[in-house]
Amino acid sequence: MIKYVIKRLLQAIPTVFLVTVAVFLMLHLTPGDPAEVFLGDKRSTPELLERVREDMGLNRPLPEQYLSYMGNALRGDLGRSLQTNIPVTDQILNRLPWTIELAMMAMLLASIFGIGIGIISALNHNTIIDTVAMSLALIGISMPVYWSSLLLILVFAVYLKILPAIGQGGLDRLILPAIALALVSAGSLARMVRSSMLEVLNQDYVLTARSKGLSEKIVVSRHVLQNALIPVVTILGLMFGNLLSGAVLTETIFARLGIGQMYVQAVLQKDFTLVQGTTLFIALMYVFINILIDLIYVVVDPRIRYD
Amino acid sequence: MTNTKPATLDLKQENQTLRFFKRFIRSRNVVVGSIILLTIITLVLLAPVITSVEPTEQFRRNRLEPPSAQFLLGTDNLGRDIFTRILYGGQISLQVGLFSVAIGATLGVLLGLIAGYFGGWVDTLIMRLIDMMLAFPGILLALVIIAVLGRELQNVMIAVGVSSIPVYTRVVRGSTLSIKQFDFILATQALGASSWRVMLLHILPNVMAPIIVITTNGVAGAIIAGAALSFLGLGQQPPDPEWGLMLNEGREYIRVAAWVTTFPGLAIMITVLAINLLGDGLRDILDPRLRL
Repeated sequence: MIKYVIKRLLQAIPTVFLVTVAVFLMLHLTPGDPAEVFLGDKRSTPELLERVREDMGLNRPLPEQYLSYMGNALRGDLGRSLQTNIPVTDQILNRLPWTIELAMMAMLLASIFGIGIGIISALNHNTIIDTVAMSLALIGISMPVYWSSLLLILVFAVYLKILPAIGQGGLDRLILPAIALALVSAGSLARMVRSSMLEVLNQDYVLTARSKGLSEKIVVSRHVLQNALIPVVTILGLMFGNLLSGAVLTETIFARLGIGQMYVQAVLQKDFTLVQGTTLFIALMYVFINILIDLIYVVVDPRIRYD
Repeated sequence: MTNTKPATLDLKQENQTLRFFKRFIRSRNVVVGSIILLTIITLVLLAPVITSVEPTEQFRRNRLEPPSAQFLLGTDNLGRDIFTRILYGGQISLQVGLFSVAIGATLGVLLGLIAGYFGGWVDTLIMRLIDMMLAFPGILLALVIIAVLGRELQNVMIAVGVSSIPVYTRVVRGSTLSIKQFDFILATQALGASSWRVMLLHILPNVMAPIIVITTNGVAGAIIAGAALSFLGLGQQPPDPEWGLMLNEGREYIRVAAWVTTFPGLAIMITVLAINLLGDGLRDILDPRLRL
């Protein structure tokens, strides 16, 4: 097992390297001079520009800049925001808890409803319940998160007036964005769980379990569910990615000061260092989450061998 | 994915086409999805015929008016007719969907064919690049590309298209790996066919089934992503309409005039739903083992 973990980590090295190079080059592929953005509306004389460039190290050869950028990044220094001059790392860490809170809640809701609906649907295969459940799932995956967010605000904040429309802090402000964010994931999870369950229900060992005279309840909970839920682990990574990118939209709509909202603002304001640092942070986090999910998959599925 | 059979010489080509067509007709998902989608496309394309109003025309005295006979779906904060704007906006949203998928599918399929066919270091190089792209989840890669290229509509198409490359590459590479083992490929190679000829004329037709399914669902995803970018202010810029942009413009008035956001949102949802229905139906017919 430890060998597998090490191997999986080693495999990630080229990916991580390419990600860092791509993110580093971003700043240089962008039309426009970072030094000019930094100076903003302040009177920028050629001498001043030159001094800022010198300060930011923009005059040095690219490989040298890359090494110093990465060296700093490893020490937790991702530079300063071009707009606010606050260290990028501080900004990310300030915003991160709000995004984690939202993603966790959405993940929880998506798992409960997605897995629940998938199981109910499979156990009532080809009945009206199945049809209704799968229609709901299809609607779920067809709802853009920005549209479901606005609908939820309209229903629960504008018409029913039972939940606050925007802001952060407290369960009542978390629930609407979390539902909006969970919908797509819940829909795809329900479809996945259903087809996985149906596949397992047709296996010989399920027939054996039934012919042994086990009650349907035991057959489903002990023999079917345990095996049917294994492949679900594989889409957890995809789900997490959906949640991260969906947070960009929900946070913007619900005015939550998380990473996603910050990211959009940074792109809009051409705050390249902030975009760069946040991109690097999210991409690396996502790479490691996927490694973690791979490892979970190996642990939960005894049929998979480490090598 | 791997059950694709090699092409066989078919003497009853016509008959089979007919049989295939019958299967499509019998699939409720395909029929319902296609009808809704064709209706939407017709409405959107015939926009200048259906409404006599311009999408940017402002009726200053009729701001934020609810749906009525004159303004079928109401007006927005500048007194523009929402029905007209949805029709014209649809032209842009559908275009974004189609062009992005065209970009993503073409590049993705080619990379997948090359990686799977040549193997070796070419394969390693391509797949490492794909891994790198996959490190930017969802619309994040599109956001990065927009950040670099600038916010313009054609950049949205490039961004959404490029970020969809990995799906195609992975599936096509996998199928190519299994198909190149078949004898007919060896035979073609022995006859002296060039690599490109083998890839495009002999392997590609055999991996079409999953490509068609992914492409269909990809259009839905691209419409959602394109509208998302415009919603965030990174795509289509005012005053011209686009569904995501309209949603964003109406957001401020949601308390007083819900129709400004409700209808463009419905337009996106119905379109995406129709495409997903079609995609589900096609998957059941063409490639039942592909899980999406």
